[in-house]
Amino acid sequence: MNNEMMKEQVIRMSGVNPLKCMRCGKCSGTCPSYDEMEYHPHQFVYMVEKGEIDKLMASPSIYKCLSCFACVERCPRDVEPAKLVEAIRLMVVRQQGQNHLKANEIPALLDNDLPQQALVTAFRKYTK
Amino acid sequence: MQRIGVFVCWCGSNIAATVDVQAVSDALAKEPGVVYSTNYQYMCSEAGQNMIKNAIKEYNLTGVVVCSCSPRMHEATFRKTVAAAGLNPYMLEVANIREQCSWIHKDKEAGTEKAIVLGRTAIAKVQLNAPLQAGESPVVKRALVIGGGIAGIQTALDIAEAGFDVDIVEKNPTIGGKMTQIDKTFPTLDCAACILTPKMVDCAQNEKIHIYSYSEVESVKGFVGNFTVSIKKKARYVDENKCTGCGECTTKCPMKNVPNEFNLGMDNRRAIYIPFAQAVPKVATIDPNYCNMLKNGKCGLCAKVCGAGAIDYKQQDQIVEEKYGAIVVATGYNPIKLDKFDEFGYSLSKDVITSLEFERLTNAAGPTSGTLLRPSDGKHPHTIVFVQCVGSRDTSGCGKPYCSKICCMYTAKHAMLTREKYPDTDVYVFYIDVRSPGKNYDEFYRRAVEQYGVHYIKGMVGKVAPRADGKIMVQASDLLADEQLHIEADLVVLAAAIEPDKSARPLATMLTASMDTNDFFTEAHAKLRPVESPTAGIFLSGACQGPKDIPDTVSQASAAAAKVIGLLVKDKLTTNPCVAQSNEMMCNGCSSCERVCPYGAITYVDKEFRMPDRTTRVRRVASVNPAVCQGCGACTVACPSGAMDLKGFSNSQIMAEVDAICQMK
Ligand SMILES: Cc1cc2nc3c(=O)[nH]c(=O)nc-3n(C[C@H](O)[C@H](O)[C@H](O)COP(=O)(O)OP(=O)(O)OC[C@H]3O[C@@H](n4cnc5c(N)ncnc54)[C@H](O)[C@@H]3O)c2cc1C
Ligand code: SF4
Ligand code: SF4
Ligand code: SF4
Ligand code: SF4
Repeated sequence: MNNEMMKEQVIRMSGVNPLKCMRCGKCSGTCPSYDEMEYHPHQFVYMVEKGEIDKLMASPSIYKCLSCFACVERCPRDVEPAKLVEAIRLMVVRQQGQNHLKANEIPALLDNDLPQQALVTAFRKYTK
Repeated sequence: MQRIGVFVCWCGSNIAATVDVQAVSDALAKEPGVVYSTNYQYMCSEAGQNMIKNAIKEYNLTGVVVCSCSPRMHEATFRKTVAAAGLNPYMLEVANIREQCSWIHKDKEAGTEKAIVLGRTAIAKVQLNAPLQAGESPVVKRALVIGGGIAGIQTALDIAEAGFDVDIVEKNPTIGGKMTQIDKTFPTLDCAACILTPKMVDCAQNEKIHIYSYSEVESVKGFVGNFTVSIKKKARYVDENKCTGCGECTTKCPMKNVPNEFNLGMDNRRAIYIPFAQAVPKVATIDPNYCNMLKNGKCGLCAKVCGAGAIDYKQQDQIVEEKYGAIVVATGYNPIKLDKFDEFGYSLSKDVITSLEFERLTNAAGPTSGTLLRPSDGKHPHTIVFVQCVGSRDTSGCGKPYCSKICCMYTAKHAMLTREKYPDTDVYVFYIDVRSPGKNYDEFYRRAVEQYGVHYIKGMVGKVAPRADGKIMVQASDLLADEQLHIEADLVVLAAAIEPDKSARPLATMLTASMDTNDFFTEAHAKLRPVESPTAGIFLSGACQGPKDIPDTVSQASAAAAKVIGLLVKDKLTTNPCVAQSNEMMCNGCSSCERVCPYGAITYVDKEFRMPDRTTRVRRVASVNPAVCQGCGACTVACPSGAMDLKGFSNSQIMAEVDAICQMK
């Protein structure tokens, strides 16, 4: 798939219209994962608009987003950047052998404080 | 049968590009009654109008159809044209083949077909037109200005200057509006009070101006030139004519903890108060929500200390009725409430304030006597963060979709003045865009950056979190550096969006003046009639029409005054003859029409009628006051017996038009 087709798919999956963004940066001002991310929420919006899906798919940023939805909650233009992060992550994990989390890795990751729900969420986010 | 002339306009290429004008005039020439049909490049030009006049004479025309732009644009022009050739002006019909046809269609064949149908419709109507005579109504030579901010003040002064009486109705105890709360004003930094208070005093001293302070408009009846308005003078429990404004009572009143709205609740006033030293009128007002005497009959101290004997605990609201020829709306704006913006922490810390509160904190008459101190601990702030666009340009539903227009400039002012007075302060301004069009405006903003060293950062603040040690953590993006910033601030100032006063919507209903979805009053034409409401006799002044700074407000205020003066110098207005009229033989006196008439033009009379059996019977029938009726037609639709009809738009004319549209060719 080329970038243009992937862009269409990301937009369809997320329901986000990146053209609504007025480039205020409030999403990136609010993002708690900012320093962990190579590309920041407002850049996801702009790069999807420009069609640079391959770069976003290759970036570890898609696993650093906490899906906290702070950016969605605070965007003054209702752009919902986190939905783009999610869509791009799905573009990756839906490919053959691209699951970011495999069942046999779980025991090593477990500790007593980890809530069950975090596991379920992680599976939803990182695997097919 | 009428002798009808048809004139099809090209409007340059506006119509001719998508409508075959020759085909239209050819087709319409074949319609019954049409004796002459032609087309021309610009019908509204002098040459075009002469074509119409000549044809009327040459072909003895009794009716004229012009196929052109919207009647809103040129109906008046062409009415004058036919009148100049001796025809009754109401024997003209305009078929709108521009806005309703050529501008909205791309396909020339379809456009041409539709233009022919629209022309045929107008011809069918003209067949049934009858000559109408415009009446006259007198003009009351007095104007009402609602709202006494700088807009209302300027409008009133200009109207008075022309020699007309004008009343200002202001809901607060004093006139002056928001400008009284502002410290210095961009772009020249003159002190607001120094330029405003002389104008307030002028209003008070001008014998043509009467100020109804602490008053509200209760109801509006009538029409352009002849409005009747009820004004409620709210009880202030002080006799305005006796009070000398000495202020003795305001220092003796024991109720000391009433939040002072003039300083936005940052300090307290007494239950009896004068908003500020230069208030106009300078008269005390008792706040009934806090006065002990009014609440439970205990106290009465102010009456004891008042040497003028002005206190009157028994005072009642009073209704005054006045007649006006014109009404100006100048109800201004307010900053929005920030309770939907938790991320900015406005309700979490006293040191997160709005820009208007900042004005009070830097004003010599403010709660800190003009020294910039943190509201929480009275300490001097060393790091100040200004956030622009708070709640503006917001389509998420929390804020307002528009740009509030004034905040970029006043934030530059605040930042600059802070750096000037307190050079040891670090000042950050977070912006999405800096909007500074206007004379000397961009220069002003650049001075803040270049001369005063204000840190302007492109990006929005995402989170404001007060910390236990009194610092305020500000998390924001710096988009140009591609960084997330964390600033430890002492004071955060939010440039809140502005919105029309909440009382504007019910007022608009009273005035039948239209508003946009944001509750700003709509002008009659966005470009060409910016200070008039579409409702005749209602004019707009200041921020009630859209966000405006003081220079824009004052320009609009004077423009509105010019329009009012233009109306008040007339002794009589010609009235629209297209008014409703009831067919008394069909009317059954059911009152349906009276209930729907927005102008109160319909009354009922008991009339004697001769019956077929030669007896007489008294029946109740509707009667329309033609001076009050605006020809809206609501009654003609409401009437169950079909007795109500509108001259110039009669039911039979409308049906003839519908038939002409439906007719297959
Ligand atoms: C923080 C801040 C700083 C500013 N600084 C500047 C500056 O430096 N330079 C500049 O050019 N502009 C500045 N402005 C803008 C300025 O305040 C406005 O341009 C100006 O006040 C608009 O005047 P107005 O008369 O239209 O409205 P207002 O000042 O709001 O006056 C409206 C008046 O109408 C009254 N009213 C409302 N409804 C009714 C009713 N139903 N019946 C009777 N009375 C009613 C109100 O009580 C009020 O007195 C600033 C604004 C803010 C918020
Ligand atoms: S907060 Fe919304 S409008 Fe602002 S940059 Fe992010 S996505 Fe764009
Ligand atoms: S949802 Fe992801 S991108 Fe958005 S604020 Fe949270 S961590 Fe950042
Ligand atoms: S009410 Fe009496 S005491 Fe109070 S300000 Fe007026 S004159 Fe002075
Ligand atoms: S004037 Fe400036 S701060 Fe105010 S809403 Fe417009 S862009 Fe934002």
